[in-house]
Amino acid sequence: MAEKVSNKSVLFNPLSKNNPVIVQVLGICSVLAVTAKLEPSIVMGLSVIAVLAFSNVIISLLRNTIPTNIRIIVQLVVVAGLVVIVSQLLEAYAYDVSKQLSVFIGLIITNCILMGRLEAFAMANRPWPSFLDGIGNGVGYAIILIIVGFFRELLGSGTLLGYQIVPQAFYEAGYVNNGLMILPPMALIVVACIIWVHRARNKELQED
Amino acid sequence: MENLNIFIRSIFVDNMIFAYFLGMCSFLAVSKNVKTAFGLGIAVTFMLVISLPINYLLETYVLRAGALKWLGPEYADVDLSFLSLILFIAVIASMTQLVEMAVEKYSPALYASLGIFLPLIAVNCAILGGSLFMQQRDFGSVWTAVCAGGGWGIGWLLAITAIAAIRERIATYSNIPKPLRGIGITFILTALMGVAFMSFLGIKL
Repeated sequence: MAEKVSNKSVLFNPLSKNNPVIVQVLGICSVLAVTAKLEPSIVMGLSVIAVLAFSNVIISLLRNTIPTNIRIIVQLVVVAGLVVIVSQLLEAYAYDVSKQLSVFIGLIITNCILMGRLEAFAMANRPWPSFLDGIGNGVGYAIILIIVGFFRELLGSGTLLGYQIVPQAFYEAGYVNNGLMILPPMALIVVACIIWVHRARNKELQED
Repeated sequence: MENLNIFIRSIFVDNMIFAYFLGMCSFLAVSKNVKTAFGLGIAVTFMLVISLPINYLLETYVLRAGALKWLGPEYADVDLSFLSLILFIAVIASMTQLVEMAVEKYSPALYASLGIFLPLIAVNCAILGGSLFMQQRDFGSVWTAVCAGGGWGIGWLLAITAIAAIRERIATYSNIPKPLRGIGITFILTALMGVAFMSFLGIKL
């Protein structure tokens, strides 16, 4: 019974209380770079969920055979293998998106969330909890990515997933898209606002 | 001349942190005081200067489509580029390990100041990012790769030192809303610096 509870918390804690992006501050690079539009954000989120879950399982299966001295290299090679699979799949089935994501799919390898979870969780736990942990952290990451992508595309281009949302009448009345939202620095400000709201609601996370 | 241009562009226009936001994790975690920030910056610069030319040679003579021509005409249409991610990260990880061992042996003082940062660097996105940009941009020669690596490294060093200096002051002098303290305000600072660095866009030498 105790294990069941802990499995559940392993899966759901990373969604808000222990979110990898806004609480642990890991994997920021890609959050900022790919979120100018909603679609690449979703694709990126899904790729990270897949890579994180499976690399967690693989490392967890191997955890007793990896020598500690070279564990970082082993972890990197496992992750790199999975990322290559994901990037080839994207090139085959979603070529446009993979062009937009350019180097950032490759940079999933050095996404700190992956190394952090592999070091902190998969090296010490059995495969099934590791899988749940991977899914939980991946989803926590994807949620932030999608929120940021949503606001940046809505305010910056007036569209969502490429469809126009802001009605034409608004533009005729003088509404103008906020071009600043498309620029990369605005992603930082959107994330900062998310952190602000999140910490205002969770007082125990505030720093002195 | 072209190399100098690339060097300057890599520092200011293509700045790893303010233009591409690479290496943010260690950037945010280690920028609490100037001294350690500077140490990490030096280590990153060092690794970029070493790993970029190695990966460039790997790309030109092994990975690119037709790169294996020097082995004989029958290898002319071999394309190994799908292996580049794995090889690049392997080079970076093993170089980090090598550099760590060399520094430990020959310069214990430097090792004591850089020690904890060296293993972190293997997973710094700025390093792998540098290699991937190098692959995308088709640099002309090894020297271009060295210059770009040096430029990106120095740009990263500048950025992390500047932010660390600002954070040191902010911690003592300003009254920030509680939920924004620490990470939140650092994000906003970095964004403002990024906007400022945009003014370098279009620099040509």
